[in-house]
This record gives sequence, structure tokens and C-alpha cells, in this order.
Amino acid sequence: MATPMFRFDPVELPPEALVMRAEVRDFIKEHQHLMGFNKSEFNRDFSRAMGRRGWIGMTWPKQYGGSERSAFERYVMVEEMLAAGAPLSAHYIADRQSGPNILRFGTEEQKQFFCPKIAAGELTFCIGMSEPNSGSDLASTQTKAVKVDGGYKINGTKLWTSNAHRSDYAILFCKMSGDGHDETDRHAGATQFLLDLKTPGIDIRPVINLLGEHHFNEIFLTDVFVPDNRLLGREGNGWNQLTSELAFERSAPDRFLVLFQMLREMVRVAGPTPDRATAAALGKLIAQLVTLRSMSLSIAGMLHEGLQPNNESAVVKDLGTRYEQDIPVVARQLFPIEPELEAIDTYVSMIARSTMNAPRLSIQGGTREILRGIIARGLGLR
Amino acid sequence: MAIRDETRMLLESMTRLFQDKATKQVIDRAETGEFAADLWRVVAETGVPLAALPESAGGADAEWSDLYAVLRVAGRFSVPLPLAETMLAGWVASSAGLDLSDGPMTVGPVIGTDRLSIVRDGNGWMLSGKASRIPYASHAARTILIADGPDGEMAVALDGTGDAEVTTGKNIANESRDTLGFTRVRLSADAVGALGRGVSRGALYRRGALARATMMSGALERAMDMATTYAQERVQFGRPISKFQAVQQNLAVLAGQTAAAVAAANLGIEALGKVDGERETFLIAVAKARVGEAATLACEIAHQVHGAIGFTKEYALQLSTRRLWSWREEFGSDPEWAARVGSHACANGADGLWEMLTAVT
Repeated sequence: MATPMFRFDPVELPPEALVMRAEVRDFIKEHQHLMGFNKSEFNRDFSRAMGRRGWIGMTWPKQYGGSERSAFERYVMVEEMLAAGAPLSAHYIADRQSGPNILRFGTEEQKQFFCPKIAAGELTFCIGMSEPNSGSDLASTQTKAVKVDGGYKINGTKLWTSNAHRSDYAILFCKMSGDGHDETDRHAGATQFLLDLKTPGIDIRPVINLLGEHHFNEIFLTDVFVPDNRLLGREGNGWNQLTSELAFERSAPDRFLVLFQMLREMVRVAGPTPDRATAAALGKLIAQLVTLRSMSLSIAGMLHEGLQPNNESAVVKDLGTRYEQDIPVVARQLFPIEPELEAIDTYVSMIARSTMNAPRLSIQGGTREILRGIIARGLGLR
Repeated sequence: MAIRDETRMLLESMTRLFQDKATKQVIDRAETGEFAADLWRVVAETGVPLAALPESAGGADAEWSDLYAVLRVAGRFSVPLPLAETMLAGWVASSAGLDLSDGPMTVGPVIGTDRLSIVRDGNGWMLSGKASRIPYASHAARTILIADGPDGEMAVALDGTGDAEVTTGKNIANESRDTLGFTRVRLSADAVGALGRGVSRGALYRRGALARATMMSGALERAMDMATTYAQERVQFGRPISKFQAVQQNLAVLAGQTAAAVAAANLGIEALGKVDGERETFLIAVAKARVGEAATLACEIAHQVHGAIGFTKEYALQLSTRRLWSWREEFGSDPEWAARVGSHACANGADGLWEMLTAVT
């Protein structure tokens, strides 16, 4: 056939991954009081406890604080935590993308400074990509860095930055100014910095989301000084580094397991002997989930082999967000109830939360349209 | 998991064979009701139809996973033969020690509610009941059926369709689907045998469902390939329609659904025989449910991208889409299998859901 086909070869988990699953389940039982759909997602103590078990930066080299475990062990650990609703936010971004990007592009000093602290659950990272006028089109970043003596001076604004108000560092994406790069090349001059959020000149303000909660922030940068040793990678190589970071971001199982507990509650509400229509509607969702999980495991296998399954990751995220957005839709058809966020009944509050959260899913980490554009490029159409 | 060399060679040679021999002319003629005998002959010569049987029974001890992979290729080329049915008939008949044919065979029942029964009659047996929509029954050299006997399910082998009352029919891809009625039909003793281990009407239904799901995953690959290729060739408004974002977005969805269908079918294939029966049933149910869902979405997009030309008999897209619309209902529709998935999950209980989903891999 002429068209490239995206391959998701079946993967069988190795025995050590099954051992890992049992260990994680025991750990979850010990921390049961912290788990759940309506519990805080951000808990530094929990992250430290995971760090002590060696479950942050699991696949990284031991010399940088990692445990040199396989991608499959990490996959199993992450999926168990997500399905249980564990509070992962204090380390998740660093574990998923900031740490791997530092290991890939960072200096020896940066790897030794950041990675062991991340792996210990001591260092929280946020993303520094989106801006008021630069969302899907990240190459249009208006944040500028100018070379000064001993470092860089940065000015600009970042927006939609989840957890910036409780993070230690951001990987900041911006453009060099006055370095003479080709202005007609949209990716030229792009550069990433490891930005200490306590640096003078940084003002972080909350942006309350439609649930009334504070996750998003706007970050104002006014003449912020970043020393030379906190440049990540090379000046002008930022676009390439950002693409790599997004590939880490998009291939994780969090793209379809965030609402697992809601699906579980729907099975509970349905009871042991549902009618055929109810069973079919739930079964359709479960069949989607089982398939997504198999595809995601296959991606873990490709990562394990050192491949870069960017197209396949885009496919899984696109299918995964569709599935998660369908969950509250199916829920209200099967078991209609007036949603209330603060309700005592778990199902009632879940349907409220998942309904309001649904629009976010196909926007964060690359909008549905951007992902489908990536897939179309993979098909050779662009 | 790396694909084995012998598997790859088998798939490459079957792909070449189908590409050369299962042409649109051959399929069109088969759709008029004339059996594709020449095509059957070359396929039979490869030994693939009975390859799963032990060497002692004329087979090659082949892996079922390889044979299902061949079915995916057959689905890709809309092969108008009872290939899956012959494989399954061989499986049932050989387990029961019944004589096989090297001609095309078929198997039943294929409808979940159809029941056949046999009772003792002197030295032989008497068969009654109905088996609806048996694929290619009127062209089969042998029909292998599973009937309820006095001590449980038994296999029955008929030459052709034996003394059945045959009502011919076809699916919307014009593949023959014939209904066989039996009213106290006499059978000799050697036409009936006890089923081997793991073989049952339920197991046949599951393997049939997985066969259709696998063939559908191949047909989806073909429909996606045609739509993607066509979009790059068809020029409107001065450029290939593949350059329009609206078309690109649709093709991306088609590619995602196709990839999901292949992955889901593979889940079922991987489960075959390797794990316990309950798990096998669950994953095959997932496969048929998910592939059926993909087929519905994908056919819509493949046709939309093609515009009017895809709606013609002349153009080959309909060979794949009419099969997808037929096969998604055969051996149980996607809602039927989804209901099994859902019922199983609910019976298992909410608190065991995650453990159930992660039980094997």
C-alpha cells in the first residue's frame, strides 16, 4: 500500500513490570487516604515518598538520580497511579518531560544539579510554552532573550501555565533578540532556558478556570536575568528541543486514564446486571479504553527501543481525548442526574467535574486540530 | 514484539497472490453468484486453508496468529472465498475426527440464537433445526456444523449441504449467505463426532467474530489507503484536495480509527489459546466491538473524501466498504459484543474493574 500505516505492534509486559505493578498497588493501599477524584492533585510529601521508592525518573541513569528501570516498568507505575487518582502534580511535568529534556540537551552540570532533585521529588517544574498571542502557533513566541554579560535578560509573558504558582522551575521557550538570526525563518533563534521562578522580575498571577479553581497562571517577565549556565541546549536550537519535549508530553498514558475513576463509578451505578443498552454503552467505552491502553503500551515499547513515535503519540492522544470527552456524555445519557461539584455522592460530583473539565482535554498538550495536522503530515499530506 | 521471519514471508507471499489473483474482475464475477473456483485453487495450493491442522491430519501445525494475519490480508483484498470458514471448519472437524475436504468448506451456526440438534437413529443420527446465513454453503464441498446431542455438543459433517433445505441469500457485499433447514435429516454414524477440547459452539462463534474483526481491519487499511491516495490525486480549486485542512483532518481521523482497529484485532489474536477462556472471550469481544465502531466511522470518511466517484460500482472503494458494512454485523454486531464487554465488567464489579483490565498484560 502506498500510504504509511501507523504501527502499534502488540507488546507483552516483561515479568519485572508485573512485579512493579504489585509493588505500586501496595504503595497505593498505604496511601489510600490521598487518592481520589476530588482530592488535591498537588502533594509534595507524596512526591517525596514516590522519590524515595525510586519512582520518579525511573528510566534515567543512576548517576543522575534515576533507577535505570525499563520503559515498561515506568508505564505500569504511571498507569497504576493514574487509575488510582494519585496526587502526581508536584513531580509529573518534571518526570514526564522536563527531566528527559534536560538529560537529552542539558550540560553535565545541569544534569547533576536538576535530575537527582527531580528524582527525589524535591523539584517541581512547569511548562513555559504558551503565551497570550502564541498558543497552537508556538513559533510565534513574543518572549525575547537578549545576551548580556554573564547571561541573558528576558522579557515577555507566559499564559496558561499550570501550577506555576507552586513550581520551582519552568523550561522557558522564547526567542533570541539581536543575535542576527534569519527573521524569515520562523524557527530560527528559538531558545529554551531553565528558569528559576524565584528570580527577581517574575510576577505570577492566577487565572481562575471555569471550575472556579486555580491551576492556570500568567507569568510576567520583566528584565529577568538568567545566568549562562541555565541556557538549555543551544541558542537557536529551541524549536528542535521543544518538539522533543512535546513528544514526551504526548505519549504518556495520562491522555486517557484521568477519568478512569469516573468510568468505574458508572460501572458501580449500573450494578451487576445492567440492561443490554447500558451494558453496550459501557462496553463500548471499555473496549475503547482497552484498545487505547494496548496502543499506548506499544508506544512504550517503541520508546524502549529508542524510536520516536511522534505520529503514533498524536493518534493516541487524539483518540484518548475523544474517549474521555465521551465519558460524561454517556454518563448523562445512562444515569441522568443534576450535576453538583460539591455533592457528597461521588458520581454526582464526578459528572459535574468531568463535564466542566471536558473542553480542556482536547486543548492542552496540542489541540485536536494540531494533532490531526501532525497525523496528516505523517500520512504525507502536508 | 518482533514479527517472525516465517510470518513475514507468509504474509508477503499471500499479499502477492491476492494482489495478482483477487482482481476487481474476479471479485465482480464472484458477486454475481459464480464461485471463484480458480482463485480457490491457487489459495488451496498454498496449504493455508488447512494449515492449522496437525501434520498428521494434512495440516502444517501453523500458528493461529499467522493464519489470522493472513485473514487480515484477505480482508484487505476483499477475497471472495470462504477462507476463514474453511479454516474454522477444519478446526472443528479435525477435533472431532471427521473427514475433511480439500475443497472449500463452511461452518455453523454463525448466528448466536440458531440451534441444531441430533438424536440417535439406529446406527446413525437424525439432525433437526436451522442454521441461518451460513457463508458460501451452496458452494461448499463440506459443511461442518455443531449440534446439541444427547450428551452435549457434537460436530456434524455434511457433503456439500447434505439433505438440507437450502434457502440462498447474500450479504450486501454479495457474498453468499445461505440458510440451511434440517427436518429429521438422517446422518451416518461416521458423519458425527465428539468435539475436541476447547471446541464448542461458543468458541466457534468467538473465533468467527475474531475472523471478521481481523478481515475488517484489513478492509479498513485498504479503504484508508484508497482515500489517502485519492485525496492526493484529485485536484479541485487548483490543488490536490489533500491540501485542504478539512480533508486532512478527516483523513487523520480515518488513520486513527484504522490504527485502533488493527490494534484491537491484534489484542484478540494475541489472546487466542494463550490465556484462559474468560480472558480470550473478553478480548475478542473488545476486538469485535472496537473494530465495528471504527468501521462505521471510517466508511463514512472514506466515502466523503472520494466524493461521487466512490459511490460508483466501477470504482473499487465499495468493495471494501460494502464488506465492512456486512462483516460488522456477522458473528455478532459491535453493540452485541460491546454489551458482552459491559456485562462482564458489571458482573465483575466496579472495584475489580482496573484489576480486570490489567489482568494479563
